[in-house]
Amino acid sequence: MSNPVPFTIDQFYKFIEQGQLMAAKCNRCGKIHLPPRPVCDYCYGTEFSWLEVSGKGKLLTYTIIHVAPPQFQPLAPYTVGIVELESGLKLPGMVSGVEEARLKVGLELAVDFEACGTGKAWPHWRRYCFKPA
Amino acid sequence: MGKETLKGKPLVSIISAGLSKFGKNEGLYARELFSYAAKEAFDRCPSLSPKQDIKAMFIGHMGEAYEHQGHTGSAVADWSGLVGIPATRTEAACASSGAALRSGIYAVLSGLADVVIVGGVEKMTHRSTAEVTEYLAMASDYPFEQFHGITFPGLFALMATAHMNAFGTTQEQMAKVAVKNHHHACLNPKAHLQKEVTLETVLASKVVAWPLKMYDCSLITDGASCIILTKPELANKYTDQPIHIIGSGQASDTIGLYERESLTSLRSSKLAAKAAYEMAAINPSDIQVAEVHDCFTYAELMSYEDLGFCSVGKSGQLIDSGETNLGGRLPVNTSGGLKAKGHPVGATGTAQAYEIYLQLTGQADKRQVKDAKLGLTHNVGGSGATATVHIYRSDN
Repeated sequence: MSNPVPFTIDQFYKFIEQGQLMAAKCNRCGKIHLPPRPVCDYCYGTEFSWLEVSGKGKLLTYTIIHVAPPQFQPLAPYTVGIVELESGLKLPGMVSGVEEARLKVGLELAVDFEACGTGKAWPHWRRYCFKPA
Repeated sequence: MGKETLKGKPLVSIISAGLSKFGKNEGLYARELFSYAAKEAFDRCPSLSPKQDIKAMFIGHMGEAYEHQGHTGSAVADWSGLVGIPATRTEAACASSGAALRSGIYAVLSGLADVVIVGGVEKMTHRSTAEVTEYLAMASDYPFEQFHGITFPGLFALMATAHMNAFGTTQEQMAKVAVKNHHHACLNPKAHLQKEVTLETVLASKVVAWPLKMYDCSLITDGASCIILTKPELANKYTDQPIHIIGSGQASDTIGLYERESLTSLRSSKLAAKAAYEMAAINPSDIQVAEVHDCFTYAELMSYEDLGFCSVGKSGQLIDSGETNLGGRLPVNTSGGLKAKGHPVGATGTAQAYEIYLQLTGQADKRQVKDAKLGLTHNVGGSGATATVHIYRSDN
């Protein structure tokens, strides 16, 4: 509890704001967590080390959202996907800057830390997104 | 009681069941809707004295946002004339009443309650589509899914895209699920929509989350359902036609879709099915009628694989074969499913059990599966972080 930089989702997004994609490696069993967790789900360890991971990866799957909740209606239609990073870790997010016709599984993308459109509400974190690598 | 001693034996018996009309029930509160389902179940079973005999209630209900009303267990017990009994709400997103059923089985098997009512309810249609989209998304991961604008149809669309890419499954094959279930719903007077749709209509409908279109999505519906359970040795005191539950499975998975090993199948469904089949000591090929969780057309295809109705990647061929149509080898979603009977989320799990109860007691009228003795229900919560599977047998 005394650790000044907690291994939490909130801290993950604080790093995103600073342009860093940070995972947590469990000091006991070595499992890498993205997002970080305060307690390792594998060995229940509570000591971790920060690990900066590459934001490059490949699109595993995607969808184009046309019917959006109120917070996202100004952005619709928008593309979201799950990206498998070079480390093998997976991360979901919006995909921007890719025309619909060019979308395909396997597309090379990279995390972009510039504020991705937020629509309105839920302003408490900056949202990362994926752009063509 | 060890798991081994349960093999193939009834865990509990269903002595009655009730279902409100599914659809747009304007001006009715959830508790009022539920009271209609409870009354049907009480009327079907005249030898049951609800106030004396029923010892506990478990009610599936997903969202207090719809009516600004939580504490649903007691509210529903009150309107069902059952004040005094322990009444508990179970919440597992769209599997809330699958979980209620599971909880009822725990209660009866523990010996704490001989007769239990389990059910579910949701009142949704008074809210806008955008609001319902937001409320449903609350069952998914907030910081990595909702926060990035991933909706519920979006999560199943991500799985559908992955399946199309891995196995060549097509939008036409998904659309066939909608055509089939709409046809079945035309034979169910309590279904939300009694309207046939053509393949062309489904394919041409408005995109919700590509590749899923409006007619690939289940309906926003108001509805309530319940079943009444007792110990197998007491069942004949209440009815000549008890239906035994001989297998029950429930499992969880990561809340975030992105963390899962597979994007084309649900581990929770597979774990729940394995537990239920083992307890029932039967194989998937023994099932004669099934209600599966077709919240989206792709979800029904995925369930064929996860429940062992076909091998991995072959669900497109199974829908093409027509074997899951009424009249086929294994009719699936004879009620019309979530797709056309409707999906009042908290009510869905026990509404599926209601349909199987009708089928196995020969009361399914125009959609009756001839001589059905073994049935299955499959209820999924969220994008698969919960699944329940139950297996039912008629010994009549």
